[in-house]
Amino acid sequence: MPVDFNFMVGGEAGQGVQSVGFLLAKVFARGGYHIFADQDYESRVRGGHNFFRVRVSDGKVDAIAEDVDILIALDRDSIELHQPNMVTQGIIIFDGEKIKGVSGNNGSLLSIPLEKLAEEKAGDKLMINTVALGAALSAVNYDLNMLNTVLVDRFGKGEVGDRNTAAAKAGYDYVQSERKGNFRKIKPLSEAKRMLLTGNEAISLGAIAAGCKFMAAYPMTPASSIMEYMAAKSKDLDLVMVHAEDEIAAINMAIGAAYAGVRAMTATSGSGLCLMVEGIGLAGITETPIVIIDGQRPGPAVGLPTRTEQGDLQFVLHAHHGDFPRAVLAPATIEDAFWVTTNAFNWAEKYQLPVIILTDQHLASSYATVDPLDLSQVTIDRGMLFSDKEDDPSEYMRHRVTKSGISPRAFPGLGKALVVTDCDEHDEEGHLTEDAGERTAQVQKRLRKLLSLKQEIGTPQRYGPKKAEITLIGWGSTYGAIHEAVDILRKEDASVNMLHLNELWPFPAEAVADAVSKARNSYVIENNATGQLARLIKAETGYDVSGRILKYDGRAFTPAYIAQAVKKEGR
Amino acid sequence: MVTTSDYAGLKPAWCPGCGNFGILNALNRALVEMKIEPHQVLLVSGIGQAGKLPHYTRGNVFNSLHGRPVPPAIGARIANSELIVIAVSGDGDAYGEGGNHFLHAARRNHDITYLVHNNQVYGLTKGQASPTSDVGFVTKTTPYGAASPVNPIALAIVSGASFVARGFAGDIDHLSHLIKKGITHRGFALIDILQPCVSFNHKNTFQWYRERVYNLEDERYDPSDKKAALEKALIWGEEIPIGIIYEEDLPVYEDQLPVLSDGPLVKQKIDSRRVEKLLAEFM
Repeated sequence: MPVDFNFMVGGEAGQGVQSVGFLLAKVFARGGYHIFADQDYESRVRGGHNFFRVRVSDGKVDAIAEDVDILIALDRDSIELHQPNMVTQGIIIFDGEKIKGVSGNNGSLLSIPLEKLAEEKAGDKLMINTVALGAALSAVNYDLNMLNTVLVDRFGKGEVGDRNTAAAKAGYDYVQSERKGNFRKIKPLSEAKRMLLTGNEAISLGAIAAGCKFMAAYPMTPASSIMEYMAAKSKDLDLVMVHAEDEIAAINMAIGAAYAGVRAMTATSGSGLCLMVEGIGLAGITETPIVIIDGQRPGPAVGLPTRTEQGDLQFVLHAHHGDFPRAVLAPATIEDAFWVTTNAFNWAEKYQLPVIILTDQHLASSYATVDPLDLSQVTIDRGMLFSDKEDDPSEYMRHRVTKSGISPRAFPGLGKALVVTDCDEHDEEGHLTEDAGERTAQVQKRLRKLLSLKQEIGTPQRYGPKKAEITLIGWGSTYGAIHEAVDILRKEDASVNMLHLNELWPFPAEAVADAVSKARNSYVIENNATGQLARLIKAETGYDVSGRILKYDGRAFTPAYIAQAVKKEGR
Repeated sequence: MVTTSDYAGLKPAWCPGCGNFGILNALNRALVEMKIEPHQVLLVSGIGQAGKLPHYTRGNVFNSLHGRPVPPAIGARIANSELIVIAVSGDGDAYGEGGNHFLHAARRNHDITYLVHNNQVYGLTKGQASPTSDVGFVTKTTPYGAASPVNPIALAIVSGASFVARGFAGDIDHLSHLIKKGITHRGFALIDILQPCVSFNHKNTFQWYRERVYNLEDERYDPSDKKAALEKALIWGEEIPIGIIYEEDLPVYEDQLPVLSDGPLVKQKIDSRRVEKLLAEFM
């Protein structure tokens, strides 16, 4: 029997929802399962309602499901809010001694004295979440030893580790004795070694692998964990992360570091990026390579701080005044986030421009299993560099007008060449000028870089039959949900395929025009209110899509939601 | 040998008689006397008449946005610790648009030198009041007179800067000496420079400053005494002290970065395989 099983952990902020969710994901990942897990949390440190969903599958999964097989309810709200999502055979694990008077039709209620067991067996009533974790694994007869290893890895072999394994065992044993193992069995599959990581961790690893040595940023959900990861690894991996006073300083510091010759980045969310906009143009005119991560969240302004949206596409395409080249990328999956990031650094340096990576809260904080990243596939291309040894440094001109528009870079202080650049329009040497001819030459030179960059843009990903009545078009983090929606619809005999973009600028106009013109119906699937990709397609190809399936409630798409919406559009 | 001709840059587009010429000469003289070659220097400027200075001398130049010379200067200084990094601003650039960066660069004590051409007026945009204009200074944008000015010296001291000095564009010898001290100092070194604007500030003229400035080195003064420094910082009007107002050895931001002990970041190799050890942490 194939495994596609969904756990949910719900509770207040501060109850350890994230911890149990992560450990659940980890223990099944260790057992060879594919995982996709997402986090739904409020903008508060205590209280409220948070949940963590863990999808466990024996095949690759890149999206969350709506159904819940086992719900660990650490508070009453979790039961009330999520009972409608329980499958018929589902189980709700809760502490009936603390949450009284619970009734319901969906899901069989499995009351466990979580707090009592935590206190008696682990000597700490705060460990109710670990007791519940043991109970949940027991309810699918999973391997308790595997959980013990995960707990020891997480909490160490000392007292904390011991108490956690005791708490887990208490929950596990309680369910076994009460229900006599009368549940579905999910056994570890193999020793398949996969990584379990979030989108932000994938981006951080990508940046480090690409040789990013300088990051400056200002904390902002959902991007903060990138700066935290980079700071944590700064000593061992020889890089610098500066917690700047604001986003304006952050991007300008990164630009200064990149000008001086190191690969540099910053990371923020939409309203932080609003402050960084001047830096995008500064990088544009000074031709300084930088990578900017925009972890999108619903706007405008502060919007929904801890939730997800794809509302920044049109913003990042246009942010800043004047005409200059930039690149915009949007990772499709957590694994893709790694490769897109390594690529971003190469493009930034080869074409000497700002590269913006659009991710979002959903991708940033979701977990997925990924086969160990093959670092031998990472390429480092620093673009054209000026060499003091081969050329006369007194002849060096930072903004030399060339056929490709790319002027070899020299780094200040590394040779005798003087590296001069200016946010004013400048001559080839980099000194400010108001000369009409120089101005025109510099604008054209900068824009020419886009022509070569265009050649690097890959073909958007296709999935499903070559010809179909319906083409679903998406970009960025919706890849997994759209991909699976295609499967759902095709099982119901619909003629449907997918076109997905993870490179948005320069826009792959030909490939998209081809797909849209050949589809009888083309729908964009976007996590925003107006269909920003649809507008881009219209602007770049002249084609209108036939429909827009949009979601802007701050929550990610599920495959079932998309499938349902497509059927509705078709009617 | 480094000579003055090594620092001959483009012809300045400043007004004849501008205080900026004195600052340019003082900077060039300091660099020559310190035997620093142009390729060893990075000048990071903002926008305003002061922001043009790097083009009128020679060196590596990053002419940045208005209010922003300090952040890229910090980024570059961290990327290449062998560069001598000098940021150049005007009063509007440093204390208006760039105020937040000024406070935090002082607080974190980055190892850069910051020259602020303080002419108490906006020159590039033609004569509006600046954050340091004297109270009551009437301009097109302040018809009822400017409000109370910021005190950059006091602000720098209380923000944690480890070197705070005031120079005068009309005293090139003294200013050049201050710039040398600022470059030599390890940590954030602010040199606020009184710079007469011959076109738009008809109050704070060369004459006006000359009648008021006095050199702190001419009296018994200990710049390591923070309290005394704050008292000096509050003196403005009939008398204006110039010289090193505050100097102290404080922890330097860049010294706390472990990676920089292996040499300049920009000289360190990229090795993607080093990430291998991180991958195991996710298994």
